[in-house]
Amino acid sequence: MTKPNKAPAGNDQRSQEATNPHSPVVDFGADKPLRLDSGVVLSPFRIAYQSYGELNSDKSNAILICHALTGDQHVANVHPVTGKNGWWETLVGPGKPVDTDRFFVICSNVLGGCLGSTGPASINPATGAPYALDLSIITIADMVRAQAMLVDHFGIKQLFAVVGGSMGGMQVLEWASSHSDRVFSAVAIATGARHSSQNIAFHEVGRQAVMADPEWKEGRYLEQGTIPRKGLSVARMAAHITYLSETALHRKFGRNLQDRQNVTFGFDADFQIESYLRHQGMSFVDRFDPNSYLYMTRAMDYFDLAAEHQGRLAEAFAGSKTRFCIVSFTSDWLFPTSESRTVAHALNAAGASVSFVEIETDRGHDAFLLDEPEMFSAINGFIRSAARAKGLLQP
Amino acid sequence: MSINTTTRVDFDVIASLVNPGARVLDVGCDDGQLLELLQNTKNVDGRGVELSQKGVNECVARGLSVIQGDADSDLKYYPDDGFDYVILSQTLQATRNPKNVLSELLRIGEKAIVSFPNFGHWRMRASLLVNGRMPVTEELPYSWYDTPNIHFCTINDFVDMTKEVGAQVETAVALNALGQRLGFNMPWGFWNLFGQQAVFLLRR
Repeated sequence: MTKPNKAPAGNDQRSQEATNPHSPVVDFGADKPLRLDSGVVLSPFRIAYQSYGELNSDKSNAILICHALTGDQHVANVHPVTGKNGWWETLVGPGKPVDTDRFFVICSNVLGGCLGSTGPASINPATGAPYALDLSIITIADMVRAQAMLVDHFGIKQLFAVVGGSMGGMQVLEWASSHSDRVFSAVAIATGARHSSQNIAFHEVGRQAVMADPEWKEGRYLEQGTIPRKGLSVARMAAHITYLSETALHRKFGRNLQDRQNVTFGFDADFQIESYLRHQGMSFVDRFDPNSYLYMTRAMDYFDLAAEHQGRLAEAFAGSKTRFCIVSFTSDWLFPTSESRTVAHALNAAGASVSFVEIETDRGHDAFLLDEPEMFSAINGFIRSAARAKGLLQP
Repeated sequence: MSINTTTRVDFDVIASLVNPGARVLDVGCDDGQLLELLQNTKNVDGRGVELSQKGVNECVARGLSVIQGDADSDLKYYPDDGFDYVILSQTLQATRNPKNVLSELLRIGEKAIVSFPNFGHWRMRASLLVNGRMPVTEELPYSWYDTPNIHFCTINDFVDMTKEVGAQVETAVALNALGQRLGFNMPWGFWNLFGQQAVFLLRR
């Protein structure tokens, strides 16, 4: 397991991680160009990743973890910028449902990201300056194409499982649709086959907040030594609300005041919830590139798996041999259960093998990252059953 | 595999009707006991649909391929001929539209296996005759006002419905109160009186 050295967070370090990350990287040169959905050919490009466990001799035990919008490859190790534990150590690790004693687990920073894979903060070899908005728009399918090239790099023909939540779940569905024969089993959590109008609306608010910040400098803030701190912070605050539920917010904060007995009749953070959101916003800026946030949200907005198949989602999975596990949460209003149910019904119609569980929780969309024992037991049961079917586990 | 003693008696009969290696959909699969039995003894490719989320989550945690769904409204999502057998065990009487459900079973599956409690059993008749109240038994413990079983039928009623949907009865088995099979050559009327439950193998 890679244990990056912890270093204090700061502007320098954020751009440092984009260009010179604490992760292994694979450089795809001129001989391995990537044709993007936009029509642009991206070459050269780089993918940064983390891996855990051992690849077995016939390379049949690999699990790919796909990260969410603001996630990264540090799924089960200490984060090099924040110093916090891996973002999915509840699910991935020795003896966990995604058992690193048994499986070879790969998690790569998505294309367009800011933790070492080619993204808007990377240096454009044509100009010697950061790409900023000169990078082509990246789609979920582009991210998956780049991951497939990384999987090729390891000589892995078929992944035993592809697992992800939210934007990671979109990648899982894209993998299962466009690389069906390379995916033995797929776990898509708190996600959907398309981004809803409401979700696009929230993303647009976030992007406008970033771009309205004068420090954004038309995306050229890295060269000008500024950072659209307030814009990205506001974007994160708004988005963060969508990751929680009203019940969870009220349980955690209620109308409690922050370190004071009375309201101040001003616009200071009187309420705990305000203070909490401000903190979430500011700490996000320390670890995430503002332009990358624009690209990630756009990728999700453009995702519509049915539209790629004449509006028939079942066609996206026609003839699939992949075993699917779909998980949703009762209080998730960003990707409500109805979105997962649509996917499950399409898989039924395609004759695919599908398990679909809805977990009762009041913790909203973020529940997929939290300690949800029922989710773990469902995923554990699904993965063990798939491992038996693939001969990786004794019956 | 040894059958554990809590296995419902109709499960063994159902399992005996399923060919090894078949593609099976169990509609109303509860906690997955029948699916597990079929996987272990018949090596089937089994899928399940279950109404209660608790049942679904238990099934998936046990490694079964199960989704939450309703026999009345969710069978339409399955393609024609997707399965060799579609099983509806002890669920028919809880559906809103049993006739439509039966038609759907035979659209999705080449064959359908349906098991149900026989409301024509002599104890039911006697209970109604003697007590003048809706029967409440050990097997069907609900009162009339809180029962999920809204569409009880007798064996004779069910046979009539198979004709209405154009289904052929390939095999029928009636079980007495002890779970023993009733004589094969007996007329429907005898089964209807002494069968506590029935299992039918139907084809289109």
